[in-house]
Amino acid sequence: MKRRTFTRLAALALAAGVAGAPAMAQEVLKVGAVAPKTGPLAGGAAVSYWPNVKLWINDVNGRGGLRVGGKTYKLEAIEYDDQTNPGETIKAVQRLVDQDKAKIVLPPYSTGLNLAAAPIYARYGLPMITSTATTDKADALSAQFPNVFITLGGAKPVVQGVVDTMVKLRDRGDIGKKLAMVNVADAFGIELMNEAKPAFKKAGFELVYETSYPLGTQDLSPVMKAAKAAAPDAFIAWSYPPDTFALTEQAIVEDLKVGAFFTAVATAFPAYAGRFRTAVDGVLGIGGVNADGEAFKAYAKRHEEVTGAKPDYWASAMVYSSFQVLEKSIEAVGSFDNAAIIKHIKANSFDTVIGPIKFDGHNNNPSFWTVGQWQGGVFKGVASTGRDGAVDVKKKAAWK
Amino acid sequence: MDILITGLLLGGTYALIAMGLNLQYGMARIMNLANGEMLVAGGFVAFWLWTGSQISPLLTVFVVAPVAFLLNWLIYLIFLRPLVKRAKSRGQLEVDSILTTFGLSFVAVGLMLAFFGGDYFSYSYLSEPVHILGDTYGANRVAAFLAAVVVCGLLWLWLNRSRAGMTIRAISVAPESARLVGIDVRRTAALAFALGGAVTATGGALISTFLTLDASTGVIFTLKALVIVIMGGVGDVRGTVVAALLLGLLETFVARLIDPGLTLAAAYLLFVVILLFRPQGLFGRPTT
Repeated sequence: MKRRTFTRLAALALAAGVAGAPAMAQEVLKVGAVAPKTGPLAGGAAVSYWPNVKLWINDVNGRGGLRVGGKTYKLEAIEYDDQTNPGETIKAVQRLVDQDKAKIVLPPYSTGLNLAAAPIYARYGLPMITSTATTDKADALSAQFPNVFITLGGAKPVVQGVVDTMVKLRDRGDIGKKLAMVNVADAFGIELMNEAKPAFKKAGFELVYETSYPLGTQDLSPVMKAAKAAAPDAFIAWSYPPDTFALTEQAIVEDLKVGAFFTAVATAFPAYAGRFRTAVDGVLGIGGVNADGEAFKAYAKRHEEVTGAKPDYWASAMVYSSFQVLEKSIEAVGSFDNAAIIKHIKANSFDTVIGPIKFDGHNNNPSFWTVGQWQGGVFKGVASTGRDGAVDVKKKAAWK
Repeated sequence: MDILITGLLLGGTYALIAMGLNLQYGMARIMNLANGEMLVAGGFVAFWLWTGSQISPLLTVFVVAPVAFLLNWLIYLIFLRPLVKRAKSRGQLEVDSILTTFGLSFVAVGLMLAFFGGDYFSYSYLSEPVHILGDTYGANRVAAFLAAVVVCGLLWLWLNRSRAGMTIRAISVAPESARLVGIDVRRTAALAFALGGAVTATGGALISTFLTLDASTGVIFTLKALVIVIMGGVGDVRGTVVAALLLGLLETFVARLIDPGLTLAAAYLLFVVILLFRPQGLFGRPTT
């Protein structure tokens, strides 16, 4: 009990420090945000989630504040650390609404924490435009919780994007049909692996090596050695950040010769290119953005100016876009009537940094990026479900 | 053959992770649950110096080790000595130190978040292939293994051959009797604790060349270190080395010949089997 009180106090102190001393001239509106600052997912949240909370609040305040029904409000963030623990996420949401009286509560981070918190957001009637959750069950979810929106897609379209990309490479003669595929033994990796296996088989690929490894494996060289021994034409890993880094490093060390190399989460992180430098050229990964589009370029520039860090090339822009949808809806409705805001989100199309977002009948955003590729130091989208700006996929050259 | 070498390399990494805790728990009798955070901090410094001014992590250890030594000395004096003073039995000290260092680990995570941010810090250093007997291995892993050999070798020599080392072993074997022969138990325990911290931070700096760390990954390493130290026998350098190598070999063996998904299960199976047949650990002395 003491520990929780302490972390809460620490989170409060941190939130107060981040928000600084707000100008008292305008009315201040509290915006609640809860996501991991510690625990297994803290690293990902520190890249894709928290900087966008800061940037969005900075942007809104920079243009005078949030205009709601003739009044303008300065936004002030209240940030809570959920320690990557769903129980803590739920408690923090309750606290934000009941004690802190936050009028706006942003969605949490990651698929698991969003799904776990969906019922509590629904109970308070809060609009919950998730930006870091991938699920194929948007229809079931929205039927049960009509306040929940999905923007980042699901396993099926992502797998389809990867399969299409590989088929394209194969039909061009860049790769053969032998495939090595591995996954992290975690809900994310297992779901994608189970989707991908039959999909690749159907597309005429032959699986020469497959395995899974536990989350937090310290040495992935046995996996890479075995994969190399199977002499695949393409390597695919449904991986999480630490193993994405480790698998890539081992592939370079073992000099895995493949025409396509795909790793999942964290491939789109700036730290990935920061670590492997020129070796990343041609590496495929989950996500992507319209990296050459003006909207993304301007967003990336502001992100770096305000937060001191580069955005990633996948979820970052989507997180910011989901905040934009909420911002525009509140201003359009002109009050904090959540039911009206949710209705507005369902009915309209929104212009965001990722492009236009229009939810379908199941509260699902049907257009999102599925596959990207590092080309010339930038992670560019090569496959999507209806986004503009995809570039042509290239064959992976030798590691350098 | 390559399974053997990969396993040995992994074992060397594990020895680096566990050796510091062995000194702190075995010699200074402090069950330090904030051990992993010290390791991550060592990795942070290496990352900083490498990305900031291209200072090789192999040189960084010469900065990290003395700073960590001092820091751990202070931690011992301020937070842990009062516990040692008031503890009536070893059991009580163990409970108290677990609670205190558990708290310290949260403070450490918070401090690291404040200073370094929550982002992953990973960099590439020596990630080139090295050819040994016809197979390729990461040069950074080989370097870490060699460093582990040097660190463990020096520690063993020092503990067994030098006077200071002998006094440390003496307080580990019989803290009460050690006092009778003129050993300053308090000072020596602080020395052992600080040394353990220095070794852990050095290990962190070395393994950060190939592992991706962030501010909250420390607990993973604390757990691994704990398993190895208990398996090898508390307070014995040889035990920790043998247990670390065994674990590394077993995990690699299982990953290559059976299934990488079973490495964790195999590791804990080994742990349970060893504890069943030798509850005091491989090289441990039976408790009285």
